[in-house]
Amino acid sequence: MNFSPELLAPEIAVAFFAVVVIVLDLFLERKGTLAVVSLAGLAVAAGLTIARWGADPDTTFNSMLVVDQFALFFKLLFLGVAALIILASADYVSKFRRFQGEYYALVLFATVGMMLMASTAELVSIYISLELASISLYVLAGFLKSPESSEAGLKYLLLGAVSSAVLLFGMAFVFGVTGETHLGQIGDSIRNMGLDKLWDSPALLMGIVFLVAGFGFKIACVPFQMWVPDVYEGAPTPVTAFLSVASKAAGFAVIMRVFYTAFGQATALSTDWGMLFAVLGVASMTVGNVVAIAQTNIKRMLGYSSIAQAGYLMVGLAAIGYAPIGDILGRSGVIFFLASYAVTNLGAFIAIIAISNKVDSDLIDDYSGMARRAPLLSLALALCLISLIGLPPTAGFIAKIYIFNSAVQHDLMWLVVIAVLNSVVSAYYYLRVVKVMYLGEPASEEGVPSSAALRTALSISLLGVLFFGILPRYLLNIAESAVKMLT
Amino acid sequence: MGTGSELAFWLLAVLIVGSALAVVVLRDVFRAALFLVLCFFAVAGIYIILSADFLAAVQVLIYVGAIAVLIIFAIMLTREAQRGSPSNRLQIPVLIVGLLLLAVIVAVVVDTSWPAADVPPPAPTTGDIAEKLFDKNEGFVLPFEIASVLLLAAMIGAIVLVRERKEE
Repeated sequence: MNFSPELLAPEIAVAFFAVVVIVLDLFLERKGTLAVVSLAGLAVAAGLTIARWGADPDTTFNSMLVVDQFALFFKLLFLGVAALIILASADYVSKFRRFQGEYYALVLFATVGMMLMASTAELVSIYISLELASISLYVLAGFLKSPESSEAGLKYLLLGAVSSAVLLFGMAFVFGVTGETHLGQIGDSIRNMGLDKLWDSPALLMGIVFLVAGFGFKIACVPFQMWVPDVYEGAPTPVTAFLSVASKAAGFAVIMRVFYTAFGQATALSTDWGMLFAVLGVASMTVGNVVAIAQTNIKRMLGYSSIAQAGYLMVGLAAIGYAPIGDILGRSGVIFFLASYAVTNLGAFIAIIAISNKVDSDLIDDYSGMARRAPLLSLALALCLISLIGLPPTAGFIAKIYIFNSAVQHDLMWLVVIAVLNSVVSAYYYLRVVKVMYLGEPASEEGVPSSAALRTALSISLLGVLFFGILPRYLLNIAESAVKMLT
Repeated sequence: MGTGSELAFWLLAVLIVGSALAVVVLRDVFRAALFLVLCFFAVAGIYIILSADFLAAVQVLIYVGAIAVLIIFAIMLTREAQRGSPSNRLQIPVLIVGLLLLAVIVAVVVDTSWPAADVPPPAPTTGDIAEKLFDKNEGFVLPFEIASVLLLAAMIGAIVLVRERKEE
């Protein structure tokens, strides 16, 4: 086995630039430069990641680090999301008197953690990467130190710590039964156990359930969603966007790798967890959509909407569980959905950042008549909300078709019916915001200013929403190649 | 396991569960912290029975030594420590759910045929742990390195959250 630490280059680059940002923060007067340095770090890491694109998958560090197409795709996704978040934060952060460097550095550290989550194939490494991402996000959620933000940070920390404990408990059970921490070796061990031995080890099932609970917290599915509304409301809005997109995608990346590689070999086992994800998915969709209807705060509404979106994504996970080995539809469906959900939700949040900077409120009622005050921002927000419903010509439409198709292929028609009904319910609260913006009376005629950085970030997201929606073939090809996971 | 270590195991087990319960049930935060120290100490005893000598030493040094002192200091520096941990209406539901979970876990653990190694545990373990941790081809170098980044992020985060906002 050869030792090749250069496989870790993108992560090292991001961590290095995070330290550079903190050091520069001591000397620089113009704090805007810090955002530029952070973006440069992300660009370097993206370059290093793209350089490996298409190369043969490789492992190093005792097979703990796996660099395959799957990992590369998620690394690029996290780097892209982090870059958009930093662009969108520029205005917001310039209002901070202190700790601007630390803000960017923590965003970068969280990105490193998420990149490692997608790229590690060993339980201890996965856990530590997950903690790296989580601890950075706990701090970012409480960054404003206002009562709401502190409450968000504290709630996220306490519930996150409990979920980490459950996750560790699950990992301990899995390790106890299989005697391995490498995902591939866990898979081999389970395959060699045979059915009798498998049913004689309920601790393995218990471990899997605990893993679902631990990771379920990261992806915010019901019933591990209680932290979402308060944290989303209290955290700084760019951090909320980061949480709702990158942290969720990282959770799905880990789930796909762990469950596919370690527990995907024995069909008897994989249909079990496929069913578990199907049931949790139904609960997430239904609770998320129904409770979102009653929300008056747009950040809380998008919080519940993100719970519902996690439910749609879990339809894909259920399809993976039911899929015979070698199937790619479920996995590429989840990957496509995550990418299009990322651009859509980021677009929505960036528009909200711009609007709430001006009106200083997150209440949906205060968006009344926004179409006349900020026509472009309102159009952007409306487009993103339409994509969240899943209507053409947006990315959300293709993503839903694709993921539901994978479920239909595996005889999960009932699940798809529930998901489609839920999409109809969701149209109500998404379109209500559009209605308020376009038909409501504006409170004033003042325009809504936005910085160039924010407009750039918003344009990139919108381009993504439309491009993936109108010409999905390119992203589909990438998603299908990203499915190639080293098992 | 010999009868001697079996006896020691059950004594330690009772001590661990009892002191952990006291941590949760006691209203006085300071006493709860002291029971936590006792719990940590008894866990170190379990490690000794399992002939994990290095782990036992580390448990005493870090948990009993450093972390317990830190917790006690934090309590003494907190103004509202006298009030104790507040109670709430969820006590009974939590008790029921907790007992159910306990029953399920115990049933599962008893029911599972755990694989056991047929070789005696190595002693002393310190050298082997070092090999496992730092060998770049067979060890856990990657999580070790990520942990260092994690600690850096946690320190930065702690500074950000704790430093007072000065009006300038």
